[in-house]
Amino acid sequence: MNLPVQLLWLIPALPLVAAGIGALTPRGGRPIAAGAAIAALIGSFILSCLALKTALVDPAAHLTANFSWFDLGTGTFRLGWLLDPLNAFMCVMVTFVGTLIFIFSLGYMKEDANFTRFFCFLSLFAAAMLGIVVANSLLLLFVSWELVGLASYLLIGFWFHKPEAAAAAKKAFITTRIGDLGLLLGMLWLYDRTGTLLFFDNGAGCLEAGALAGLSSATLCSGLAVSTAIGLLIFCGAVGKSGQFPLHVWLPDAMEGPTPVSALIHAATMVAAGVFLVARVYPLMSADQALTNVPLHALTVVAAIGAITALMGAVIAVAQNDIKRVLAFSTVSQLGYMMLALGVGSWVAAIFHLLTHAFFKALLFLGAGSVIHAAHHEQDIRQLGGLGPKLKVTFATFAVGMLALAGFPFLFSGFWSKEAILHAAEGWEVSHLPLIAGLIAVVLTAFYMTRLVSETFFGHGRSHASEHAHESPAVMTVPLAILAACSVLIGFVGTPAWPWLQSQLTGEPVHPHGWFEGAGLMMLSILLVAFGIGAGLAIYARRTRVTASQRDPIEAKAPSLFAFLGARMKLDELYAATVGKVNSALAVVSDGLDRYVWAGIVNFLGRLGEFAGVVYREADEEGLNGGFDTGSETLREAGKVYSRSQTGDAHAYLRALAVGFVVLVLVITLGGLR
Amino acid sequence: MTTLQLCLVISSLLFCIGLVGALSRSHTILVLLGIELMLNAANMNFIAFWRFGASPTAATGVLFAIFSIAVAAAEAAVGLALVIAVYRHQKSVRLEEANRLKG
Amino acid sequence: MNLILVLIGGLMLTAAAVAMSLRNIIHSALLLIGSWLGVSFFYLWAGAEFVAFAQVLVYVGAVSMVVLFAVLLTRRDRQDVVVAPETRTRAISALLVGGSVAGLLVSAVLGTPLATGPAETPTLTVKDLGTLLAGPQAAGLLIAGVILTVALLGAVVLAATDSGKEDAS
Repeated sequence: MNLPVQLLWLIPALPLVAAGIGALTPRGGRPIAAGAAIAALIGSFILSCLALKTALVDPAAHLTANFSWFDLGTGTFRLGWLLDPLNAFMCVMVTFVGTLIFIFSLGYMKEDANFTRFFCFLSLFAAAMLGIVVANSLLLLFVSWELVGLASYLLIGFWFHKPEAAAAAKKAFITTRIGDLGLLLGMLWLYDRTGTLLFFDNGAGCLEAGALAGLSSATLCSGLAVSTAIGLLIFCGAVGKSGQFPLHVWLPDAMEGPTPVSALIHAATMVAAGVFLVARVYPLMSADQALTNVPLHALTVVAAIGAITALMGAVIAVAQNDIKRVLAFSTVSQLGYMMLALGVGSWVAAIFHLLTHAFFKALLFLGAGSVIHAAHHEQDIRQLGGLGPKLKVTFATFAVGMLALAGFPFLFSGFWSKEAILHAAEGWEVSHLPLIAGLIAVVLTAFYMTRLVSETFFGHGRSHASEHAHESPAVMTVPLAILAACSVLIGFVGTPAWPWLQSQLTGEPVHPHGWFEGAGLMMLSILLVAFGIGAGLAIYARRTRVTASQRDPIEAKAPSLFAFLGARMKLDELYAATVGKVNSALAVVSDGLDRYVWAGIVNFLGRLGEFAGVVYREADEEGLNGGFDTGSETLREAGKVYSRSQTGDAHAYLRALAVGFVVLVLVITLGGLR
Repeated sequence: MTTLQLCLVISSLLFCIGLVGALSRSHTILVLLGIELMLNAANMNFIAFWRFGASPTAATGVLFAIFSIAVAAAEAAVGLALVIAVYRHQKSVRLEEANRLKG
Repeated sequence: MNLILVLIGGLMLTAAAVAMSLRNIIHSALLLIGSWLGVSFFYLWAGAEFVAFAQVLVYVGAVSMVVLFAVLLTRRDRQDVVVAPETRTRAISALLVGGSVAGLLVSAVLGTPLATGPAETPTLTVKDLGTLLAGPQAAGLLIAGVILTVALLGAVVLAATDSGKEDAS
């Protein structure tokens, strides 16, 4: 059975319907809201699998179903759905991981009073993300993109009575909006240039050869190709959504939301959207690659931003003490990897890493959620400890996730996808700096994940909460086990020996390269991973922390560096001091203009009116009053008589009007008065 | 029943729902909303007659509906401002209590 | 064709009827948004896209927000949005009056032989409308603009608190 592309809209529509059901369900209807959400996503998952099957029949083809939305002036706005292996794989991943997260939420949010609202928002989130994935129009993609932003705002601020959560939601919304402005501008420019926003339209779409040739041949005054400029504007949106430097600041704060939301944001939906967007418009981003006389290629910027983000996220993660914040910065770093891969020209490696990362990051976040749930909402790893024997399933699955994220050789999926990225970075002609940044991040990733696991699960409990922890119920541990299994297995679809995923994504056979090609790099990265894990074990596991207040070993060695990293390189403060200040200054100027300039004009006009009033009053009192006094006396008498019918009840008036209408019509029609 | 008649029946029913709402509710805002529904029903008639009427090339129905929507927007703004002003004086939004103008 | 119309009408009428009978006024306002959306679907169905957009912008976007603001500004506490049930006599009389008007209108509609125009949707682009509004109907456009401005100023004057003269109670 295949899913024809015309029915592709069903995939996002099902969760959307579930969101509607959730919105209409009263608070008591927990099984209805949760059941609808989970059933809809499972349905979408089945449809996605069918769609994947359809797409893999001819991986090189872009199946589209376009339709015209409305006419405006002489132009026609057209939207459509697109099915190719890229978005089919994304659909399967989003729905699969999403379903497990939904099921996990059943246990995690059990105590929450707003359970139904939560599932309504979750469904909306999933629907918006699936909308991004299946869209064949940048406009449709943008609409879904903004819906993702809205849903993330609602979910991060789900516990809006906590001021930090409300602030984090606002921060996420506004920060990503800065990037979205770029995306919007890029979209408008693209429409201006090509006259269409459809990606693929039988040769007339904006990602097809005809439009791209026009875009890359035109240049701006600075010598930049138009396609580069548009590509970079679109990339702005991806920077905001995917938490890339310098707009990454919202992502760690987004931890204020419930943990399943963090898992959803970090694994399946929100941040993946940015990477997916760049992969989707990849023909546009790489249209300037053939040009030699341009000052800048769009992909170079992407690679640079990715490398900076990968390194920065990994460095900051070393000094975080909140279990979810460590994971958040690891997401920032891993997204940097994906951007790096896109930048160095291997979007296939980026998508491979996106898929594997989705599985193990969902696993890690849900594992963290299980820990937090078990330890009575204690998130500080200094307060935890010794949870390994108490939470056996959580510990085992979390360890799998950690090894996958750290890129432990051969068995775990993270290793293969990271290898693919490093291999691509090695082959980039422009510079080897991204490769070096990536390799440093490999060590750091292994190190901070070892630190996280040692602090949380080894040693003995350092607080009341961690000493009395108990394992989470099966509804939470089963999704963990499934995700753990996937985190191991998913890597094998794209190993160098059997690059099935790569060949399906590109639609061309990719020849498996021999074991020795690239083996040097692989050996190096294995050594680096081993070094990172070893260092982590030596520092944190050999002598575990005894009390919660004990200083971190690194903090003891270099307190100022640790504090600087712990404060997230003070980037938030930097933004407050620069962008925030400028904004406030503008507000003061606007306020002054409003208060003195515009208000002055209005006041002057008011004075003029007052003066005219004085003149009129004089004329009125002297000349006209006398004559009218007598007339009005008579009228007042008449008015007294009529005023009795005025009861002051507006309903009565309206009723009288309606009855009068009925009576009149009846009299005219039945009485033959026509 | 022709399609035009179906349209007109729907709009008549919408009008009457608005009328019943305006007549039965005592919350001033709900009464206003009922009146908005009646206005909407009237607009639907304009469009229906334009679409199925004798000469749809003349855009009179559409233009009338557009102007009507503009006036309805003004009406809603003033009406709700009146509700707020009355509320401030009377500390109540029940329509029966706003009867100072009775004779 | 008629099936779609019946669906749209059913959605619209149900939303309006439920909205008019709910006790919680915020729920009423939200349902009315649904009803207004239904009206805009009707316009879309009838081929009057521009009116549909105006409907969505003015009603779904603006009027609904103003209504919600008015509800929030005129309540004393959180529970105040639930209005006490109306008296039975008034409800019955309203239903009687409304029912008789409905009967009258529907029978009039069904009893009138209406001339039916062309079956296919007439084409009316936004450009045509713009030409009409800027040309023959320019006076109407200007008057509508003046009415909107006056209404805006009037609404501000009515709703504004004079902080100098009135205390904050």
